[in-house]
Amino acid sequence: MLSNTDLGRQPAPAASAGVRPLAAMRGVVKSYGARRVLDGIDLDLREREHVAIIGPSGSGKTTILRLLIGLERPDAGDIVIDGEHLWFERRGGTVVPAGERHARRVRRAVGMVFQHFNLFPHMTALQNVREPIVQVLRLGREESEAQAADLLRQVGLDTHLHHRPAQLSGGQQQRVAIARSLALKPKIMLFDEVTSALDPELVGEVLRVVRELAHATNMSMVVVTHEITFAADIADRVLMFDAGKIVEDGPPAQVLKDPANPRTRQFLRAILER
Amino acid sequence: MRALEPYLPLLLRGIPVTLEVTALAICLAVAAAFALALGRLSPWAPARWGAGAVVETFRGTSALVQLFWAFYVLPFFGVKLPPLTAAVLVLGLNEGSYFSEVVRSALTSIRTGQLEAAVALHLPARYRFFRIVLPQVLPVMMPPFGNSVVGMLKFTSLVSLVTVQDLSFRAGAIRSAIGSSAATYSVTLLVYFGLAIILGGGVRLLERAVNRWAGRDAHAAAGAAGARASTVPAWAVLAR
Amino acid sequence: MTGLRWDWATAWAVLPDLLRGLSLTVEATVAGSIIALFLGLCWTIVRVGRIPVVSPAVQLLVEFLRGTPFLVQLYFLFYVLPTYGLTLPALQTGALGLGLYYSAYTSEVFRAGIEAVPAGQWESCLTLGLPLWRVWAGIVLPQAMRIAVPMLGNYVIVMFKETALLSTITVMELTAQATNAGFRTFRFVEPLTLVGLLYFLLSYPAARLVHALEHRGAVQH
Repeated sequence: MLSNTDLGRQPAPAASAGVRPLAAMRGVVKSYGARRVLDGIDLDLREREHVAIIGPSGSGKTTILRLLIGLERPDAGDIVIDGEHLWFERRGGTVVPAGERHARRVRRAVGMVFQHFNLFPHMTALQNVREPIVQVLRLGREESEAQAADLLRQVGLDTHLHHRPAQLSGGQQQRVAIARSLALKPKIMLFDEVTSALDPELVGEVLRVVRELAHATNMSMVVVTHEITFAADIADRVLMFDAGKIVEDGPPAQVLKDPANPRTRQFLRAILER
Repeated sequence: MRALEPYLPLLLRGIPVTLEVTALAICLAVAAAFALALGRLSPWAPARWGAGAVVETFRGTSALVQLFWAFYVLPFFGVKLPPLTAAVLVLGLNEGSYFSEVVRSALTSIRTGQLEAAVALHLPARYRFFRIVLPQVLPVMMPPFGNSVVGMLKFTSLVSLVTVQDLSFRAGAIRSAIGSSAATYSVTLLVYFGLAIILGGGVRLLERAVNRWAGRDAHAAAGAAGARASTVPAWAVLAR
Repeated sequence: MTGLRWDWATAWAVLPDLLRGLSLTVEATVAGSIIALFLGLCWTIVRVGRIPVVSPAVQLLVEFLRGTPFLVQLYFLFYVLPTYGLTLPALQTGALGLGLYYSAYTSEVFRAGIEAVPAGQWESCLTLGLPLWRVWAGIVLPQAMRIAVPMLGNYVIVMFKETALLSTITVMELTAQATNAGFRTFRFVEPLTLVGLLYFLLSYPAARLVHALEHRGAVQH
């Protein structure tokens, strides 16, 4: 199902019961300056699949997410979201590098929650969540307020609608951020170490929300995390990243309990011995 | 432009005057800045109050008024200063007051922990100042210092109003002689601009030397400048 | 023997003239500030917009305005504009010069404000698919302004003091009134000291206010 290929060699398409993957990366390479962060990644994401990504910092975990949502452009390789190429478009019969407008349309299917929340500080929680509803879905005031309030209720913050981020705890802010990214009903949701910046006692409330999303929605989820128990709980599949490559890929029972790769073993031992 | 040509040497002879005033005033400004900053940080209340008063006075009123005051009023108090001296004094103290804020914030930014550690190691006070405080403080002050130097260069144009024959003074005189304002003032502006670029470049070289002396490697210093790469992403700017 | 004595009679006599000059000073400050803020924002939009040819040109203009003396720029405008058929009253020329010179500084402040908006804000705007105009108008600029306003306030205060230079182009503002009175009465102590005091009494409280604003803004972030 997953493999790493050498740069330039086209892999055989991943066949899984003839179902097209919801998202796919082929031969993706990304460097920052002289540092190669991703070294020829192939990755398939199926509908309703929950994938957890673990690995040491600098291994490329966050970069994968940023590429999936189009925050960054790969140096080489292809990214396909819901059947459309992210960075290539068909114009008049030929395939050309895509512009921003095309990328914007394709990335609509993807949502992301950040490690540092990135809420708009000058807006209330309600206004934060309303923002994409008003600007992208073009709904009117009443409708957008109702939807936003409902989303905030789902993450347990209906009593904090009119609070600004500065008046909220880290855990509350992150839950607002989750509600906000749910507003556009994405098919794929990306979580970039969403609890790493939180005080330990606030981690639980956020993980609870993510777990609920995993059980209650049809979204595909890609979760980059250090919370191993949590990953074991919600993931269908765990990927271990190291030095820009995927070194292990399999169900949580295998990767987390009895990993094949020594690097994975080493990493898990270090992280669980804290 | 043709009319200006014979007067060009006369105009350009203002350059050394301008540079002289700039150099003298900057020296005074730096000395004053340190003195005032240390005064405001002093545990001795009268020093704090005195330095504070000087700084707020010079920063709170117009520099031109201060210049006129030194030029027209001081003689009545029996203090007859030659125009150049009065000008350098006012410019130096004025710019020094502004720069003292930079020095003060740089000095207070030294983590007290480091000073306490130095004291605990029984390092002598002079050593503490020169080997611990100064190497951390000077590099931080260099960019604002560059601004001050160029600012002083522009500042010196005011001395033309108290009869010092700098570039601006000569420009004015030549203008009234030949009546061609555009040419005269354009050239004057370009000369100032050229001087500003040269002085700015000079300070940047000094900045690099200071960074080397302070033990900051070139990469770190350049990193601080390169970090000025814009946070504004390309997608938000370049046309679709 | 005019000396260290302070002559209250002279002081009271020149005060009306000084206050008349003050009103011109304030006028010039207000007009200059409006021009400086407007132009500064224009320069910044062009500079940040990375428009080919225009952006570097504006960048050079801003460097030029910042790198040459205000006094000489004033002279240039005052003497050169009429030769191109644009004869403005001295006060307006002065306000224009003030606004032009300080637009170079306000542009820097606006740019710093925009650059200070955290990268994460841009990133969430992109991931939420917000339209570009909204990213600027609703998300980035409001945050940028919060940071920029105190610094802009400082420059307004600076402009207030720099209006003194307008005296060199025949504007009878505060400083001009003082030197004028001095030449008239041969007593410079009273007019110049009063003028110094007036500048101080108006600019110092304003500076403290702006300083307090800066602190409040910093705390909220």
